[in-house]
Amino acid sequence: MKILVTAKRVPDPETTIKVNADGTGIEEAGIKWVVNPFDEIAIEEALRIKEAQGEAEVVIVSVGSADCQEQLRTGLAMGADRAILVSADNPDPTAVSRILEKIVEQESPDLVIMGKQAIDDDSNEVGQMLAQRLGWPQATFISELELAGGGGSATCVREIDGGLETLSFPLPAVITADLRLNEPRYASLPGIMKARKKPMEEIDASSLGIELGRSVTIVSVQPPPERAAGRVVESVDELIAALQGEAKVL
Amino acid sequence: MGNVLIYGEHAGGSIPKATAVAVGAAQQIAAASGGDTILALLGNDLGGVKDAAAQLGATKVVCVESADLEHETADTRTLAMKAVAEATGSDTVVFAATTAGKDIAPRLAASAEAAIASDVTAVNDDGTLVRPMYAGNVFATVKLESDFKVVSVRTTAFEPVEGAAASASEDLSLSIEKPANAVEFVKLDATVSDRPVLTEAERVVAGGRGLKSGDNFTTVLEPLVDALGAAMGASRAAVDAGYVPNDLQVGQTGKVIAPTLYIGVGISGAIQHLAGMKDSKVIVAINKDAEAPIFSVADFGLVADLFEAVPELTEKVKSLA
Ligand SMILES: Cc1cc2nc3c(=O)[nH]c(=O)nc-3n(C[C@H](O)[C@H](O)[C@H](O)COP(=O)(O)OP(=O)(O)OC[C@H]3O[C@@H](n4cnc5c(N)ncnc54)[C@H](O)[C@@H]3O)c2cc1C
Ligand SMILES: Cc1cc2nc3c(=O)[nH]c(=O)nc-3n(C[C@H](O)[C@H](O)[C@H](O)COP(=O)(O)OP(=O)(O)OC[C@H]3O[C@@H](n4cnc5c(N)ncnc54)[C@H](O)[C@@H]3O)c2cc1C
Repeated sequence: MKILVTAKRVPDPETTIKVNADGTGIEEAGIKWVVNPFDEIAIEEALRIKEAQGEAEVVIVSVGSADCQEQLRTGLAMGADRAILVSADNPDPTAVSRILEKIVEQESPDLVIMGKQAIDDDSNEVGQMLAQRLGWPQATFISELELAGGGGSATCVREIDGGLETLSFPLPAVITADLRLNEPRYASLPGIMKARKKPMEEIDASSLGIELGRSVTIVSVQPPPERAAGRVVESVDELIAALQGEAKVL
Repeated sequence: MGNVLIYGEHAGGSIPKATAVAVGAAQQIAAASGGDTILALLGNDLGGVKDAAAQLGATKVVCVESADLEHETADTRTLAMKAVAEATGSDTVVFAATTAGKDIAPRLAASAEAAIASDVTAVNDDGTLVRPMYAGNVFATVKLESDFKVVSVRTTAFEPVEGAAASASEDLSLSIEKPANAVEFVKLDATVSDRPVLTEAERVVAGGRGLKSGDNFTTVLEPLVDALGAAMGASRAAVDAGYVPNDLQVGQTGKVIAPTLYIGVGISGAIQHLAGMKDSKVIVAINKDAEAPIFSVADFGLVADLFEAVPELTEKVKSLA
């Protein structure tokens, strides 16, 4: 079985993000870049399937600048077999989904595992778009995955607003990982050494023969509205008095 | 200009507030374009939901009933919504940014080659939209560059339509070609609770890792939740540790809430948690660590051991009633 996983380069979730001075984007100085946390979960899930089946190939893809190599190496160090870097300048989710559609056509995986959302743009879109373009079933926000029928079908549990939903569908399919699907491993030292020799293919998005223009343009970015500073209360009685008097919510 | 179509959610014979709010947002979008607002209801046997839908303020309600629409699976719903949009002359489709909306909206956008904005928090007069990024640290104003558009709206950022006249209702029959590889619904393990719905509640008490166990959620936190008539929420750490079910998670990757009163107990206030509750009207934090970041957004902070403060607060709230 062949599994394709995606890895987006995003700022470390611990980083404090600020809007830059001219309001066109974020202040990039000093940011540490990592694999999108949901994509680490996707990679981990693919590796677990490979380990359980004994035989499977895990291919990891990133779309972006040459810097994404760093994130691809992280995925290879975790245990993915090979990597594909698609260079593209500032693609929006629609463009990323078009690029990934082409990569899927080239690679013919049985399963695509992605993160449910990238923690920078927070769009939560690309997986669903890719599934539609391919005409494949999708299961988003999954917390459990079980393959059946010799890898021909899958059952997933999804974390939805009202509880946990179970779906089943034939493969190939696109699934997107939620936080509780698994706990990703750290790359081991031997893993990191091996990763250096694993193949990394580079593809220029402009060679794929697809429309890469943005369908969503960012006009400007603003910082969030500030909240007025609050105060510390000394006791439960003072808290209750404040909630009744000042705040009028009790 | 075209009409604005709204995806109508419903479960157990009723319509969630999220859909009422989506109608409110759709009205703002339609005001700019001059079109009508049309609420789409899809299901197998809609029954009384049709009447409830007519009270939400849309110009018209369009109902599609079919055995293939029994469950809310994204592949089939995408086919249906695209067909309803065509049949109703709609060029914008609005979803609430619930898990159902987030599941279907991008798929519909890709199927119609439409530009999409997810989790929108404001509609500007010039038709541009505002949406949060980076866990709410950045708000982007975006422009959708296509004729057909898909939008999902953050339910805490808009209001339902007040005092609307009943909408006209119409049945539409569609032949939906369910694909051979369609997703099959197996089951839903619904969380049952007598408490208010987390995303709709006026008051929320949320617990974090500081509670230390699921039992403490039951014995320490829940009495306060119920004394206040509140909904219960939680941090990711509390959900990951198995103290409470997943659907209580508040934050960047959980639910976004904006109650009148939010009380965070034993929650440190990581940016990913704040992203889900920062717009609450009044924020109270109870934490034993005076340096916890949650105090930076709290209107009232109580630096105390929760195992003492919460029972005391519970008793005193009860005695107010
Ligand atoms: C270096 C860089 C700078 C950018 N700067 C801007 C900017 O200033 N303004 C602007 O409007 N847009 C910018 N973008 C584009 C923006 O990041 C896109 O919106 C994004 O590529 C896709 O949307 P998302 O991250 O919100 O996806 P989501 O739909 O939230 O992501 C879901 C999943 O899709 C997969 N995925 C998404 N993107 C990629 C990717 N690139 N590679 C591999 N897998 C992926 C991941 O598995 C992810 O978990 C930039 C992109 C890059 C790479
Ligand atoms: C990709 C990603 C997505 C995420 N999404 C979310 C999300 O949607 N929602 C979310 O909540 N988090 C999310 N997180 C996790 C987030 O970063 C934090 O780890 C999490 O919110 C911490 O939960 P907590 O505050 O309960 O735990 P901790 O940070 O461990 O805080 C526990 C607090 O309890 C206090 N405490 C302990 N004992 C007592 C006592 N006896 N009395 C009073 N106070 C006490 C401590 O002082 C401490 O401040 C996400 C993280 C990542 C990387």
